[in-house]
Amino acid sequence: MANSAKGFDVRKQWGFTTIAAVCFVLLYLPVVLLVVYSFNAGTSVAIWEGFSLQWYRSAWDNQQVQEATVRSLVLAFWASLIATSAAVLAALATTRVRPFKGYSTVFAAINQPLMVPEIVTAVALLILFAGIKVQTGYTGLGYLVLAHSAFCIPFAYLPIRARLQGMDLTLEQAASDLYASPFQVFRRITLPQLWPGILAGAMLAFVISLDDVVITEFVKSAGQDTLPTYMLGQLRRVVTPEVNAISTVLLAISVTMVIAFFFLSRVKK
Amino acid sequence: MKTFLTTTALVAVASAALAEGELNIYNWGNYTSPEMIEKFEKEHDVKVTITDYDSNDTALAKIKAGGHGFDIVVPSGTYIPIFVGENLLMELDPSELSNHGNIDPQWMDVKFDPGRKFSVPWQWGTVGVTVNTAVYGGDINDAAIILDPPEELKGKINVVPEMNDVMGMAIHYVGGETCTGDKEVLKKVRDVLVEAKKNWLSMDYGNIEKYAKGDLAAGVNWNGASMRARDQNADIAFGYPKTGYPVWMDNAAILADAKNVDNAKLFVNFIMEPENAAMLSAFAKYANGIAGSEEFMPEEMKSAPEIVVPADLKSAAYIAETCPPEVSKIYTQIWTELQK
Amino acid sequence: MSDLAQSREKQERRNRWLLLTPALVILLIAASGPLLITLTYSFLTPGDYGGVEWRFSTEAWFNVIFQRDIFDDTLGFADAHLSILWRSVKLSLMTTIGAVILGFPTAYFIATRPPHSRDIWMLLIMIPFWTNLLIRTFAVMELIRNEGTVNSLLIWSGVIDQPIQILFTETAIMIGMLYVYLPLMVLPLYASMERLDFNLVEAGYDLYATRFAVLRRIILPLVKPGLIAGSILVFVPSLGAYVTPRVMGGGKQLMLGNLIELQFGQGRNWPLGAALSITLLAIVMVALIFYVRSAGREEVGHG
Repeated sequence: MANSAKGFDVRKQWGFTTIAAVCFVLLYLPVVLLVVYSFNAGTSVAIWEGFSLQWYRSAWDNQQVQEATVRSLVLAFWASLIATSAAVLAALATTRVRPFKGYSTVFAAINQPLMVPEIVTAVALLILFAGIKVQTGYTGLGYLVLAHSAFCIPFAYLPIRARLQGMDLTLEQAASDLYASPFQVFRRITLPQLWPGILAGAMLAFVISLDDVVITEFVKSAGQDTLPTYMLGQLRRVVTPEVNAISTVLLAISVTMVIAFFFLSRVKK
Repeated sequence: MKTFLTTTALVAVASAALAEGELNIYNWGNYTSPEMIEKFEKEHDVKVTITDYDSNDTALAKIKAGGHGFDIVVPSGTYIPIFVGENLLMELDPSELSNHGNIDPQWMDVKFDPGRKFSVPWQWGTVGVTVNTAVYGGDINDAAIILDPPEELKGKINVVPEMNDVMGMAIHYVGGETCTGDKEVLKKVRDVLVEAKKNWLSMDYGNIEKYAKGDLAAGVNWNGASMRARDQNADIAFGYPKTGYPVWMDNAAILADAKNVDNAKLFVNFIMEPENAAMLSAFAKYANGIAGSEEFMPEEMKSAPEIVVPADLKSAAYIAETCPPEVSKIYTQIWTELQK
Repeated sequence: MSDLAQSREKQERRNRWLLLTPALVILLIAASGPLLITLTYSFLTPGDYGGVEWRFSTEAWFNVIFQRDIFDDTLGFADAHLSILWRSVKLSLMTTIGAVILGFPTAYFIATRPPHSRDIWMLLIMIPFWTNLLIRTFAVMELIRNEGTVNSLLIWSGVIDQPIQILFTETAIMIGMLYVYLPLMVLPLYASMERLDFNLVEAGYDLYATRFAVLRRIILPLVKPGLIAGSILVFVPSLGAYVTPRVMGGGKQLMLGNLIELQFGQGRNWPLGAALSITLLAIVMVALIFYVRSAGREEVGHG
């Protein structure tokens, strides 16, 4: 696109770009430290004592921490999938529509998990789920998936809703007029336009689930520690760079995925 | 994803097949020696699963609610009477536990579990003051280091956020009794704490490296944590306040609704074997209350000043207790005021 | 004709509730259900060792605002609760403002990249958050410690000659929360900005003289939904934050989340904890409903 007559490109707002650069640096600075300390020869996450791979070895040998890591990822995957799907549907029902009776109630209900401090939901869920556990005898991961899905919904819903709010209705209208079924309209027109919102919502839901401590601590059954609850247990005693090592491995995997993604998208171009 | 699902399915099937040989332990994080667990698993062909908690209150709330699936829990002595009162623990039969006699006589008739009917010792320790002797040269066996700190320590003090231990230390400092409800005493306690807090840097856990590196020069601390700090910095010393300092003990107990009762009994008996108790201590860095375990302990722990209480300060120790609810309520108010 | 309109409206309503069902069912079980339990608990008597006794009492609600002095039994405001509430609101507000200042330009930057690389930039924002929350917070602590990276750098460059005590202050809590919640601002902003027509912006530059006017008259109205979504997502969870204040504030400066946790933990006063959290919920709820009402009116106005 041509530059405007004034001689600058709106895509290059230098002030904004500078702040964005600062923002990225700030985001990654602690991560760099985290990675550095995963190679620490000492037992500290804050005092450098030389290079060593001992924490990678120790994490490799520690079955509890590995299981907790995998459990965290599995839980975050299901919770974000369920929460995002439910949030897309809910956003479609509550955005770009005439205000209906019960609209504010629905909106408040969807955002309720944001407003109640975790510990409160955690204690109440403990009481509720313990009853069900005793009655049914089922103590699987389902309770955690359900609890996580619930508090992930607003995090998925709000970005999707924000995206949907400004979307153009005319295309959908046109498709509808051409006798496309509502599902076709959704798949071919709405979904592609909505995609950035869905991706944003799903990613937020994923990390929110990945970070949750308090609700998980109260809902988990025997043998269901996640990485954050495992860390919470360590907090009182010694936090070693073992979890730095695991985080570094996860980082390496995700960075590799992003790079692969990047090249794939360039090939497609 | 498909592979993942298959794996999960396999894992589910595999664990179901092993159901007879299972044991679920609910314990403080980073507190159970993996070597000892491995030994137990081999000896008795039992698959042990450990799940962590980070406070007695969380453990109590979860176990009270039911449906948790745990067999063994390791609460502090102060919580044992509460667990027993709520009928959450299974009564032990000493005749079934061949190692019951190994419990150190000193830890047999404890106030929180007379005759050890419900629990057996896991680890015990003291709450005292950690001091960097390079910064402060005075007497370290003094609660005034925290509650009326000398100039050189001001702003470099950390206090572990344990309401009962800190309140207890302050109550004894002003001359009161454990769990006192005396308003006069408590008023003094509050004034002392509010005044002292201005000189505290933080109220936090897990400060080993901050002590070692000099960010902190003194603090209310656990003896084991203080020992770990000394490993990194020889100037760190542990003091036992002569006005009184709390002694705590964590204890393993079998839950009333345990599913793997036989394995739980095996385990409780197993940790009372001196050699195994020493393995626990070597990992957690605290003493264990099992007679005869000393000879299996790591050399540096046998003589550690953080573990061997000096003879003249032994009498200043008091065993931490469960305070009555109405007293507890006042403590909470003072505690909240302290952190507002 | 009116029949047709009526049946269409009926169908619309049915579809709407059908679409809402999955979300509402999940929330009913795992959010509203617990809330009812909490509400009930706030009217009960605290159990001796945690939990509740099934005896009706309004004492918890009374204690949210008032307290009897433990020593002379006089009635006064629970100033500990009020000052903690004030700190929570203040720090959450500052965190939100900080997130806008950093997040808006970042979202703008991402939205102006070529389309195929935008998803990558967005992923780059998220990657730091794939790491464990506590480890990440410890890394931030390491940065702002007295002997930490930031202070060392400032001393080395001669800006200051004494380290600034940031750790264990309110500023530290704010920095920590800003770091944790920043993506919650950037992503919704980006999601609504991405569809911004930059031809419009360019046209704006031709029409208006200043960049500021363009920002205010064109960009801001268009990204307002994202800005509001982001602000809700940062402000509201900050109010109830638990881990960050505990670690970054060194346990000395409680926020609401910690105060409530204290009641459910060592304080053993579940009803007070429940009453405090319902109070928090009510404040936020009123603000949100107010927003929905006014935003709803606006949307209709445009339509």
